[in-house]
Amino acid sequence: MSEIPTELRYLSSHEWVRVEDGVATVGITAHAQEAMGDLVYVETPEVGTTLAAGDEAGVVESVKAASDIYTPVSGEVIEINDALEDAPETVNSDPYGAGWMFKIQVADEAELENTLTADEYQAQIEDE
Amino acid sequence: MANRTALYVSHLQAGAKMVNFGGWDMPINYGSQIEEHNTVRGDAGMFDVSHMTVVDVTGPASQAYLQRLLANNVAKLKTPGKALYSGMLNVDGGVIDDLIVYNMEGWYRLVVNCATREKDLAWMDTQSAGFDVTITERPDFAMIAVQGPNAIAKTCAVVGEPKADVIRSLSVFQGLPADDWFIARTGYTGEDGLEIMVPDAQVAGFWQQLLEGGVAPCGLGARDTLRLEAGMNLYGSDMDETVSPLCAGMGWTIAWSPEDREFIGRNALEQQKADGVAFKQVGLVLETRGVLRGHQKVSVLNVGEGEITSGTFSPTLGYSIALARVPLATADSAQVEIRGKLHEVKVVKPPFVRNGKQVF
Repeated sequence: MSEIPTELRYLSSHEWVRVEDGVATVGITAHAQEAMGDLVYVETPEVGTTLAAGDEAGVVESVKAASDIYTPVSGEVIEINDALEDAPETVNSDPYGAGWMFKIQVADEAELENTLTADEYQAQIEDE
Repeated sequence: MANRTALYVSHLQAGAKMVNFGGWDMPINYGSQIEEHNTVRGDAGMFDVSHMTVVDVTGPASQAYLQRLLANNVAKLKTPGKALYSGMLNVDGGVIDDLIVYNMEGWYRLVVNCATREKDLAWMDTQSAGFDVTITERPDFAMIAVQGPNAIAKTCAVVGEPKADVIRSLSVFQGLPADDWFIARTGYTGEDGLEIMVPDAQVAGFWQQLLEGGVAPCGLGARDTLRLEAGMNLYGSDMDETVSPLCAGMGWTIAWSPEDREFIGRNALEQQKADGVAFKQVGLVLETRGVLRGHQKVSVLNVGEGEITSGTFSPTLGYSIALARVPLATADSAQVEIRGKLHEVKVVKPPFVRNGKQVF
C-alpha cells in the first residue's frame, strides 16, 4: 500500500496539498506516481498565473500515459519546481518531498474543506 | 481469472507489478521500466514471454502448407534452425498475425502472438485442408527472452554444457534444440540475445539461475519501449487485419518470387500494388518536450494526414519516438497534434536504436 501522509489533504484526481502560512504546495500522490510508472515530463503552470480550484494546472507524462494535474485551491502561482524539468523522476522517488510541483498563494483557505482527508483518499483508492 | 505462466510466483518474489495482458497476468515492471530498459541496452535483462503461443507444424506437406499460409517463403530457410519473420495474411491481404517460423529439418516451429492465439489456430486449421500436416500447440513450453550485450555470455555461464555449446554455435536468427530445450538467437529488443523455450517444470529454476547470474528481470513495459526503439511492429497497434503489410513497413517480409507461389493474400497485394499503395510506415522523432502516443493525428503540409500507430518516450534517446502510417508522399517533416497543440516532428526511417546506438 502506498504512503498517504495524514497531515496532507488530497483530491480524488490524486494530487496532494500542504498549506503553510497561507501558501499551498501541490504534488501528486505516491499512489499516482506508482500507477503512472516512470515520469518523463512534468509541465507546471507559469508563475503569476491565477488559477481557480479545480483548474487544470499542468500535465505529468510517464512512459505509459499523460495525466492532467489540477489545483486543489484558488490563487496565484508563486513558485514552481524547476528541478523537475531535468529530473522528472524525482516525483517517482520522493512524491511528497522534492517531487512537489507548484506553490499557490491561497486565496481562500475554506476551500480546503472540499478536499479529502488522508482516510477519505485511502478509502477512494481502495475502491478503484 | 487470468492465465498465469509457470513464472508467476517468481515475478511476485521479484517485486513485479502485475497487469492483465491478453488474458494473462504478466509483469509490467519490477520497479522502474526505464532502468529495466537501460539494463537491456547496456547489460542483460530477461523477460517472461511464456504467454506467446508455440505451434509445431509437422507432416510431409509442412513446407507446402506454410508456403501457402505465410507471405514470406519458408523455402528460404536452408540452414537447420534458421528463422524467418512473416505475416500470416487473410485473402484481402490484411495481417491476421505476425510470427517467427523456425526450420526444424522436415518440420517447422512457429511462435505467434498470445492475444491472437485462438483466431490463429482456427485459421491455421481451416487452411490445412488438403495438406498432409499436423498442427500441434505446445503449451508445455515456457519461454524466457534473455536480451542485451551480455545476454549470451551470462546465459552460457549458468546453463552448463552441452547447452552453452549449442548457444555459442548459433548464428543470428537461428534456433536449435538442446536436450529438451529449444534455444534461439532471436528477440524483440534490437539487442543480441536469446529466446529460450523450457519445459514448464524447469523454468522457475532456470529463471532463478539467471537471476543469480546477474540477469535483471524486465517487464512488458520495457519490452515495449525496446521494441519500438528497434522499429519492430506490435500486432494490434502497428498493423492488424484491416491494414496491408505494404502500409505497415512489412514489404520486406513478402516473398514475391517465385511468382507461382500462391500464398494467401497474394492476389490482393498484387492488386494493391497495381492500384498504387497510398500509405507507408515511417518513424517520427519529437526532440522537444512531450510524448508521442498511438492514435495521435499526423499532418503533412500539402500532402495529407496520417496516424501514429505506436509512440513512446525513448529512454535511450531521451525524447519521444513513434511509428506512424502516413501518406506515401510524406518527406522529412510533419506535425503531430498533442492535446490540441501542433508539434513539429522529424520523419525518419526506423529503426531508431540498434545495439545500444542511435541509427537514424
